[in-house]
Amino acid sequence: MRVSVDPGRCCSSGQCVTAVPEVFDQSEDDGVVLLIQPEPPADLRSAVRTAAAICPGRAITVHEP
Amino acid sequence: MTAVDPIDALTYPAARGGCPFAPPPAYQEALEQRPVTRISLWDGSRAWLVTRHEDVRAVMGDRRFSADARKPGFPFLSDGRRELAAQNPSFIRMDDPEHARFRRMLTGDFIIKRVEALRPAIQRIVDGFLDEMTSHHPPADLVAEFALPVPSLVICMLLGVPYQDHAYFQERSRILLRNHSTAAQVRRARDELSDYLQELAKRKELEPDEHIISKLIARGDLTREEVAGMSLLLLVAGHETTANMTALSTLALLRDPAQLARLREDPTLIKGAVEELLRFLSIVQGGTLRVAVESAEIGGTTIEAGEGVICMLSTANRDSSVFATPEALDVGRDARRHVAFGFGVHQCLGQPLARLELQIALETLIRRLPDLRLAVPFEDVRFRTDTAVHGLEELPVTW
Repeated sequence: MRVSVDPGRCCSSGQCVTAVPEVFDQSEDDGVVLLIQPEPPADLRSAVRTAAAICPGRAITVHEP
Repeated sequence: MTAVDPIDALTYPAARGGCPFAPPPAYQEALEQRPVTRISLWDGSRAWLVTRHEDVRAVMGDRRFSADARKPGFPFLSDGRRELAAQNPSFIRMDDPEHARFRRMLTGDFIIKRVEALRPAIQRIVDGFLDEMTSHHPPADLVAEFALPVPSLVICMLLGVPYQDHAYFQERSRILLRNHSTAAQVRRARDELSDYLQELAKRKELEPDEHIISKLIARGDLTREEVAGMSLLLLVAGHETTANMTALSTLALLRDPAQLARLREDPTLIKGAVEELLRFLSIVQGGTLRVAVESAEIGGTTIEAGEGVICMLSTANRDSSVFATPEALDVGRDARRHVAFGFGVHQCLGQPLARLELQIALETLIRRLPDLRLAVPFEDVRFRTDTAVHGLEELPVTW
């Protein structure tokens, strides 16, 4: 699995950080998404899918082979 | 004239049915039979009612639907709400990029880490009001003594508003959110709140502190009116919603002892339970409003430019294609796909704060008052039916 984020679509809800803090973080200034792990390990993948599904800005894309 | 078309029979607001937590049966029926349908508003105008989870997310995530109440065709739920939305709108009634410019001035204050750092302060506030409430003999009104003062004090602390003025702004917030408030009443309440906040901003220009109002002033690119407008939005949104969620959540759990027992036995369920309560109660009972600025197809129906749309969050949160047995409160389910905070770029700015306040308030209440129960029959609890935000007039409890 590969993850990409679009900061231009992010509305800083922070739900991805709550769902998978190992993969997502927020900028200190305006809360915009920061991607820590673009290739999350297997045990985090289900949480990453949830984060993408609930993102209000649809800023998270999950690429699965 | 022909017989009344059943499509025309749907009106806003529809009456709630037997379960005071559930959306009006007419909207629930629309969800099942006509997920995108026509609805008549108070002034005889029409709008589209969108009820399914997928369609609500589609509208709210699509820039062809505007949140700008100055655009022709924007639906208003009452005369007072038209007054509130159309004059000096806050950024919740703007579209990007104008909306994003203002919103991003505040998002830094609501990032997860910064909100989480407020936990000890919020816990102290929650404990303080519970100490006060339990220092006298039961019964007590949980709304007046706990559910309202907690978020009110928290938002005052964040903004830098003196809490001793709470009666002044709580009373006026209530007028702003009440459906039957006239345009004149809304104008007056809004102007008084705005004057109050401009006075406060003026004082903070001379004596700045580390709170949000001072930080907005320190930017240097906002007028005093704009600072007051943004503060007004945060002040009103910051306490009415969380207060009503706290009171209704408590009542919903008292009404469902099995769910309350699960939560009491396993306090680690609290985070998920709050998401479920947000879904189950969906307190923004008027839904969220948009107007199409281009024609767009939603759920197989074409909505033309200039037509208003009401996204019914409460039915979207009871859409059985997303939530199994949606009418049941289940504190163990994963309810995170709910749209109680809306969806899209306008989704609630304060949601991390609301979540944290609810988690702490409910967990503490359940832990500290193991014998908490209603002091009146459930049927006698008075719900607020005439407001944009569903809630309780009072919640008499004993312990």
